[in-house]
Amino acid sequence: MAYKTIIGLEIHVELSTKHKIFCNCPNEFGADANTLVCPTCLGLPGSMPILDKEALEYAIKAGIAFDGEISKLIKMDRKHYYYSDLPKGFQVSQAEIPFCNGGYLEIELESGTKKINLERIHIEEDTGKQIHSEEGETLLDFNRSGVPLIEIVTKPDMNSAEEAKLFLDKLRATLKYIEVSNVKMEEGSLRCDVNINVVNSDTGEKSNISEIKNLNSFRGVVKAIEFEEKRHIDLLESGSNTKKETRRWDEAKTATILMREKGDASDYRFVVDGDIPPVKIANEWIDEIKATLPELPQDKKTRFVESYGLSSYDAGVLTQTKELSEFFEETLKHINDSKLVSNWIMGDVLRRLNDDEIEINQSNITPIALADLLALVRDDKINNNTGKKVLKEIFDTGKSPEVIVKEKGLIQISDEGEIKEIIKKVLDDNEQSIIDFKNGKDRAIGFLVGQVMKASRGKANPQLANKMLLEMIKER
Amino acid sequence: MDLTSLKAWEMKEKIINKEISCKELIEAHIRKIEKEDPDINAFITLNKDEALRESDKIDAKIKNGQDIGLLGGLPIGIKDNIVTKNIKTTCGSKMLENYVSPFDASVIEKIKYNDGIIIGKTNLDEFAAGDSTETSYFGPTKNPINKNVVAGGSSGGSAAAVAANMAALSLGTDTGGSVRQPASFCGIVGIKPTYGMVSRYGVVPVSDTLDQVGVFGRDVKDATLILNSITGYDKKDSTSSKKSDSVVSLANFKEDKDYLDGIKIAIPKEYMDLVPADKKAQEQFNTAMKVFEKSGAKIEIVSIPHLKYAAEAYYIIMTSELSSNMARYDGIAFGHRAEEYETLDELYVNSRTEGFGNEIKTRIMAGTYALTGAQNKELYQKAMRVRRLLQEDYDKVFASYDVILSLTSKDLPFEFNLTENNLIESYRANIYTAPANLVGLCAMSIPIGNVDGLPVGMEITGDRFKEENIIKAGLGYERAVL
Repeated sequence: MAYKTIIGLEIHVELSTKHKIFCNCPNEFGADANTLVCPTCLGLPGSMPILDKEALEYAIKAGIAFDGEISKLIKMDRKHYYYSDLPKGFQVSQAEIPFCNGGYLEIELESGTKKINLERIHIEEDTGKQIHSEEGETLLDFNRSGVPLIEIVTKPDMNSAEEAKLFLDKLRATLKYIEVSNVKMEEGSLRCDVNINVVNSDTGEKSNISEIKNLNSFRGVVKAIEFEEKRHIDLLESGSNTKKETRRWDEAKTATILMREKGDASDYRFVVDGDIPPVKIANEWIDEIKATLPELPQDKKTRFVESYGLSSYDAGVLTQTKELSEFFEETLKHINDSKLVSNWIMGDVLRRLNDDEIEINQSNITPIALADLLALVRDDKINNNTGKKVLKEIFDTGKSPEVIVKEKGLIQISDEGEIKEIIKKVLDDNEQSIIDFKNGKDRAIGFLVGQVMKASRGKANPQLANKMLLEMIKER
Repeated sequence: MDLTSLKAWEMKEKIINKEISCKELIEAHIRKIEKEDPDINAFITLNKDEALRESDKIDAKIKNGQDIGLLGGLPIGIKDNIVTKNIKTTCGSKMLENYVSPFDASVIEKIKYNDGIIIGKTNLDEFAAGDSTETSYFGPTKNPINKNVVAGGSSGGSAAAVAANMAALSLGTDTGGSVRQPASFCGIVGIKPTYGMVSRYGVVPVSDTLDQVGVFGRDVKDATLILNSITGYDKKDSTSSKKSDSVVSLANFKEDKDYLDGIKIAIPKEYMDLVPADKKAQEQFNTAMKVFEKSGAKIEIVSIPHLKYAAEAYYIIMTSELSSNMARYDGIAFGHRAEEYETLDELYVNSRTEGFGNEIKTRIMAGTYALTGAQNKELYQKAMRVRRLLQEDYDKVFASYDVILSLTSKDLPFEFNLTENNLIESYRANIYTAPANLVGLCAMSIPIGNVDGLPVGMEITGDRFKEENIIKAGLGYERAVL
């Protein structure tokens, strides 16, 4: 039977403002516990919140970047629940009226572009953090209490772990582009919950939605979705559909664990926060914020397709991060061949970055180095394979391509006389292959080319060697 | 001469004129407190040593010919739900029995800036929820006028301290009448300013959209003096208004003017229709009306249609917001923590069970109910709509009238242990005062007479940021009956 998976995401993103959302405490990661606190973010009696303008600005910036509709009036509500890291017994959040409605992001699939719609984005305060000591004590650190967050809620528009991963990549890229968050999952500045269920495509039967929490990496998200997909299908196949559930991803067990059935989910008893008067948002302010936005990934992608003649897929990959797109364009300033540059970045450069798990700006390669390398390849100074070796050398040592080529004597042999000598020797040593070739065994030519390249230590111009080899065989 | 029986403005004059020293004044008050308060119980914490030290500083200033502030050297009582850096702030609750705030409320900073001297922290209903000061963990406050009746509440300690000459002036808070009703019960003047007039920063909240700091004095001039010193926009309180700057200044009021001549007065018929007042109190009110009429006031009966829902709307909003504000008392970071618990849930439940009294628990439950599930729409959100409609009603009245007059309380000061069994009835008693909080209006209670030796207060209500109107009406009335 065929099943369709339905996935919606809820993503919490910490905004990288200077101050917390309701007080003047610095918004920083990694300080000593409880050193970035004041009466307001500790929820002491009589303290009052002052809504930080920068937090609102960052939130609105994100809303605009996702093409959502910004509310004209910002209202804050209190969401009540008891937890020891929540000092006031409520979290200041937004209930019925979020600051941003709708919006979308596009992801690139083999089959084409897919639009993932957003339900809403609201702004809220982060909680403190619990730390469990080895002695079994629970310690509390309120440094994070009151850090501004936006919660981005998608529509259930994703149908596979791959799509969810692509969406998260795009989301992270966009937030980084507009510089409103560090979006580091390992520091908790981006956190993601997954809502998932499956539908039997034949009968229309649905499994009930599970909400998966405690996902600490994109890989965890992918693995949890894959796990849940299978679990939901099994449940339907065995006729044991469960109620709506909240589950927790257990990285060690690579499984989701039941936390609670949604039936007994708490009622948050939303009430208007009377300490924070509604804020009117002027159109002029939205326009001002809009004007500060950099070119967004989506627009940049379109421009790359139009200006550089790239495929939509390639343009999508190259604009995935701001740094990569800037690297690409910077390289083009030094070598005006977008296809060549794009091919190399999409291929060996990205492969290396993925292997090393680093970003382009954390690596040894510079746009000038890549451009110089590609000029050598384009001008047949070195061949393609040598180019790849040089690239590896650049990544390893940070040396310039010219220096590497000179040091290792890698300049391509394009001198016909020199190549002729090499071919002659190869042919002399391989009489049987010449006979084989003349008897119609095409494979023999590949062997002979390989021998020529080997004899030249990889430096012979491959096209030239190939052409001359064929001519010289005919002459024998 | 008993210095403590003077009006605050008279004490201030004597200090400035060097007839008395500030220290003498403070010492006289401490003696008074030590003599009277064991019986009355207006104070939870006395600030004796610091008050004496501060009085020396004031005396030094005067000696050096320096100017002194608006409250120069006056002993001031502070309701114990207004946080103070070096003095406990208990909120009249076991929950905060030993709580000391790391910061001063903005009004405390203003009092200090104006050279007021904090004489002590006054008794109140637990977390300011109540109307008799009987729900305080530290025992009830007796009415200085007649010790067999309550002082009113929730700011009963602040009212009693001023009425018994244990403080020259005092601060209270008013969520639904908590300044005006005890002022009325103790025979003094109490003002609840417009919402946004006075910073709430450092005021432990009952209900953020209703609370406002209020003042007590022995006459309108005294009350205006202290009001004058605490109003103004405060960037630490987003709900404080820039309109509050320089609205009330004593300098605006002239001694010789007859403020009642030509004043337009509205009397809402719904007050009398909905919850009839004590008959003898009503007679006192009618007598006061005659004073206004004789002095040239134009009095008309008006209708405020949505008043019929006001008591219910008030209780839903107040308890809803109260239940939210009480959520932070969970035994984790501050306040009472139970000794016995196994789980986190038990820590919460046991700490709150032990730390809160019955009235607070009742209101937390009522508010939690009003916010939960379908009731959130049916009760809380509907109450918020009533509030907007009520505001429109009042806007219409104030388009044609300067002030609204009524009794402050439908009841005379009552005996102890009465409300416990008549909770709903006691909730309805707020009908005269709570609308001002729902709409954010300013209102004052002023003494107009006695019934069987028990004080009766009249409420003068004005439009938002029209404190000037209620003060003029109050001053005018005081002068007319002099």
